[in-house]
Amino acid sequence: MSRIELTGNPFVKSALKNRWPQLAVFIVMLAGYLFAILAGLVGTQVGSHNFSIVFVWIAWWAILILVAVPFFGRGWCAVCPIPLPGEWLQRGAVLHPPRKKPKWFNLRWPRAFRNIWLQNISFLLLALFSSVLLTTPNITGIVLAGMLFAAIGLSTVFERRAFCRYLCPVGGFIGLYSQTAPVELRIKDKQVCATCEGKPCYNGSANGYGCPWDVFPGGLTKNTYCGLCMECIRTCPHDNIAVNLRPFSADLARPSTRMDEAFKAFIMLGSAMIYAGVLLGPWGALKDAAYNVGTSAWFIYAAVFLGVIFVIMPSLFALCISRFENLNAFKKRFATLSTSLIPLGLMFWVAFSLSFVLTNATYIFASLSDPLGFGWNLFGTANVTWQPMLTSILAPGQTLALVGGLIWSARTAQKAANEAKTSLIPVIVYCFITTLVMLWLLL
Amino acid sequence: MNRSELLSRILITAGIFLAVGTPLLFRMRTPIIHAHMAENGGWSPEIIQAEVGKPLQLRLTSDDAMHGFAVGQMDMDAVDVEPGKVTDVTLTFDKPGIYTFFCTRWCGLNHWRMRGTIEVSGSSADSEPVPEPALSEVAVPLYVTLNLDIDAPHESPIIPSGQPSTIRGQQLAADLEISRFNNPDFYRANSPYQLFEELDSTDLSDSEKWDVVSYIWESNTTTEALANGKQLYAQNCAACHGENGAGDGVFADDLQAAGEASMQTMNGSMDMSMQTPVDFTDSKRMLGASPALLQGKILRGGMGTGMPMWGSIFTKEQIWGLIAYLYSFQFEYQGEIQ
Repeated sequence: MSRIELTGNPFVKSALKNRWPQLAVFIVMLAGYLFAILAGLVGTQVGSHNFSIVFVWIAWWAILILVAVPFFGRGWCAVCPIPLPGEWLQRGAVLHPPRKKPKWFNLRWPRAFRNIWLQNISFLLLALFSSVLLTTPNITGIVLAGMLFAAIGLSTVFERRAFCRYLCPVGGFIGLYSQTAPVELRIKDKQVCATCEGKPCYNGSANGYGCPWDVFPGGLTKNTYCGLCMECIRTCPHDNIAVNLRPFSADLARPSTRMDEAFKAFIMLGSAMIYAGVLLGPWGALKDAAYNVGTSAWFIYAAVFLGVIFVIMPSLFALCISRFENLNAFKKRFATLSTSLIPLGLMFWVAFSLSFVLTNATYIFASLSDPLGFGWNLFGTANVTWQPMLTSILAPGQTLALVGGLIWSARTAQKAANEAKTSLIPVIVYCFITTLVMLWLLL
Repeated sequence: MNRSELLSRILITAGIFLAVGTPLLFRMRTPIIHAHMAENGGWSPEIIQAEVGKPLQLRLTSDDAMHGFAVGQMDMDAVDVEPGKVTDVTLTFDKPGIYTFFCTRWCGLNHWRMRGTIEVSGSSADSEPVPEPALSEVAVPLYVTLNLDIDAPHESPIIPSGQPSTIRGQQLAADLEISRFNNPDFYRANSPYQLFEELDSTDLSDSEKWDVVSYIWESNTTTEALANGKQLYAQNCAACHGENGAGDGVFADDLQAAGEASMQTMNGSMDMSMQTPVDFTDSKRMLGASPALLQGKILRGGMGTGMPMWGSIFTKEQIWGLIAYLYSFQFEYQGEIQ
């Protein structure tokens, strides 16, 4: 398959290798993140007028799911401010590697948790409380601060970016969906890596830090766990690292057989459908149940939420693809075939997000001028009245996304079915039915 | 530490200070009065200090629903306090004292509990010290002077069969000696039923006597007072007592439910009805109530019934106008109340 090496351009390469442009972005992102925390804690508690709600859950989410993930994969992780303070503390420097490393515990992450199950759980924890989290500035401020402190704490105990790699609630699905993105970081020549002494890309050198994501670039075959931090470009003594443009979903040609990743696909597919029903649907009782955390209605909602994601959707999928074979073989085939759900899940989220982003986008203008609800009017847009945007393209756009997702998944299923040496029809039937349900929920 | 590392750290620190300092600094420098539904805390802060003659600049915002802001016994237009937006209000007080500010939007069942005070210190604008009035000169509400028990039943034993009419009453009164009834002292101290009894000495039928009562009651007020009363009623009373006075305002059912929930265990089910807003179209109750008694109820409030006290908010004139309007639910007055 054809690829275009972006780092072949000297300007792009030096911009990525140089630490200053990255630091400038980091400072802006970290300042924005801290401002969002403070806005949540001391600004108006009216969500639609508070920077923390409007910029995190509307603007950031829109950029993440509609642009960053589909087109840049882990592009967000490359500029995310959450791990920075912890990482700087861990490294003892904010720019180039220091001569003397600080003495932290620097432990290896426990083997039992070297998977994305914790990320699956952290995502679901936020998802179950999302109706409150997405509308209450105080809670958003506390959660954002909590993630920052968790990342700092983990950086002082464990080596590298343990928070990003194993705990971040959004990192898990960004990684999963980054496989569909048309951007990748890969080595140019395997042989060079094989003979490279010291492996500075993994272990670090005077030029840069060892991979913060605990990945050996020489073995990279998919985007899932590469955070695009660009350290290996700086450390590679052989100029063997490239950032490439490539066809969409190139990584899905080689399906994963891991159960944590397979379930991530179900979690994302199912939660997009549940969100569409709860947040966009006409059922008031459902909204109340999701909002009133701690009540018996909420516990029922939480049980249904988890039941749909962990039992109903995977069971139906298993039923569709079942045949007589031993359990291990079946698990492998289950994980392989669930790769087909990745493009569909991404497009479900695109379709769902289109709806609430276009509905709420005008809040961004008002919040830009008065981010804390203190009565400011910095850019003259504080009094922009709320109105849904581009309503005429919403339904066609969503339909296009869902149908496109179905076709994309069918093509992925074709490859996965070849790999698993099985029929692709049951997978397509499953995707078709879930798409119909999602269409019904959205339209 | 090399220079580039130092510069980076300075830049990062500056960014952090900017991001954290800006909200904190403005939070401290811009005191804002936050309005919440009474259940969530009402006004915060609820006590504000001010000085006579010195403009008091207030910045108001709501953290939940739409609220309103006005200061009792002060000539000002109420302003809306919208969620997430800031409303600026400037007030200047002529006299020292404790003023009550309150919510003017029906924000919820406990809307009337949303009150706070402005403590205005200093001396009056005319710079003369305000002398403490002698106890005998303190304006005591009429119901106190008359020694009325405003919580005692006050039903009229006889009620008219139809709605008494001022126009008919005016014609009938032409032949009667009624001048002694046409003065505020009589009107305020007596109920319509007491006047009805006073008319026993005439040859009028019961229904004619009620017509005369209607006429005399209207004569004791002005069209302006009635119009003011109507406006105050619509803004402050109709939420519970209903637009047409029938005790069926938008909060009536909720009040009753709240009463059932809260009072059953305290006083037994007999007291539950106290939470139901009074029906001003109920002739027995209204025709047995004197303006002084109604003034007492409005001034003091309903003591645990959900009826707020309005003494710190309405002026005397406003309350008399409001009372005059309440009787219009019983009588067919001559002109339309604007």
